[in-house]
Amino acid sequence: MREISSLEITRVIKDLCLQANRVLRPDALEAIKKSLGFEVSPTGIEVIEQIIKNAGLAASKQLPICQDTGYVSVFVELGQGISLQGDLTLAINKGVKEAYDEGYLRKSLVACPIFERKNTGDNIPAFITVDIVPGDRIKIVVMPKGGGTENASQMRMLPVSGGVGAVKEFVLKVAEGAAKSCPPVIVGVGIGASFDKVGLLAKKALLRPLGDSNPNPEFAALEDELLERINKLGIGPAGLGGRVTALAVKIEAAPTHIACLPAAVTFNCHAARQAEAII
Amino acid sequence: MNYKIHTPLTDNIVAKLKAGDTTKITGTLYTARDQAHQRLVELIQKGQPLPFGLRGQIIFYAGPAPTPPNKVMGSVGPTTSSRMDLFTPILLAYGLKGMIGKGPRSPEVKAALAKYNAVYFAATGGVAALLSSYIKKSELLAYPDLGPEAIYKLEVEDFPAVVAIDAWGGDLYEQNRELYKEI
Repeated sequence: MREISSLEITRVIKDLCLQANRVLRPDALEAIKKSLGFEVSPTGIEVIEQIIKNAGLAASKQLPICQDTGYVSVFVELGQGISLQGDLTLAINKGVKEAYDEGYLRKSLVACPIFERKNTGDNIPAFITVDIVPGDRIKIVVMPKGGGTENASQMRMLPVSGGVGAVKEFVLKVAEGAAKSCPPVIVGVGIGASFDKVGLLAKKALLRPLGDSNPNPEFAALEDELLERINKLGIGPAGLGGRVTALAVKIEAAPTHIACLPAAVTFNCHAARQAEAII
Repeated sequence: MNYKIHTPLTDNIVAKLKAGDTTKITGTLYTARDQAHQRLVELIQKGQPLPFGLRGQIIFYAGPAPTPPNKVMGSVGPTTSSRMDLFTPILLAYGLKGMIGKGPRSPEVKAALAKYNAVYFAATGGVAALLSSYIKKSELLAYPDLGPEAIYKLEVEDFPAVVAIDAWGGDLYEQNRELYKEI
């Protein structure tokens, strides 16, 4: 068994939180720069130029790209051949807390969702997903994400008889709300699995590189079609009108029950924050 | 049109602004978001004084990131305005003249903007490092217990904002949506 200490996990999580918040995902920056060639709205072009300028400033001045430094989603692929010395959850939360304290990142969590809504003051707990995989490595992906894109997300148990048409209709309906999610957005779609898992599929779809396609040609074609249709909605950069509403649509599908067609749609904003490391 | 405007806003300035105009704002902005709005409206309902006078002022829907040492302000940018829709008409009735946020507003807010001759500006979300560079001074004014949701008094210079909804019913979100829609 390969031994990895919780101190190492904490150090990596802290670095990833700082990097993700200050340095825009390189593939997102590239897609945003390319989108200047498609945008026709003067306001839209100005917004895209601001986004590019902001990415440069944030990286050079070590400032967060967006003031909403979000809650922190952590996706861990834990190799079965690893013996972890210490508590994984504690180690991750310690890394998040240190990054948010020392990096002047905004603490954006409240302890109780309805009653007092008092800020936890340290931006933890992180929302952690662990997948056990073969091998003796740990892959960690950190995705801090703001409240605006979360609020525009939706999950629905669609009628099986509706098929792909129902999925398209649902995605396009949810995309109408993208104006509040700092477009141009990345659209993550989960289809299948169960009520609790389909949201996670949509979130994991957001993690994919912007330039890739779903390996299944039918889903790849659906990604292309939905992207084209979303970019005809007229929502545009910052929702102020234009052609560039989404940078990509990513679909993740999974087997489901014979009676079910779960679907979930979520967004990442243009300030796409994500960083990963392999230990 | 492009305008350079100063706070406090006057009726004349507000009446001139049309949806789609770009502005550079110089003067004072007050940050307030969800919980600060709730407190302001509770004070109004109890007939108690507010932490700042609303007349002619602009509220910026924002919860800044902490300020690093030797900087005036940490990253700061607009949050989604629609969460404040319920509170907005009463603040406008008590003299508020402008708001800066992001995203569309409710029909009730639009009606109130027309009724009280006020304006809603959009600033770009997610470009908070850039927007913080227009802030020349910042002061924690009220509700420090709310952390990032506290009210800050900001002095800004040439802060870039687009007129999103004017006092004449013009709504840039709707107008441009129609203009650029291809279906």
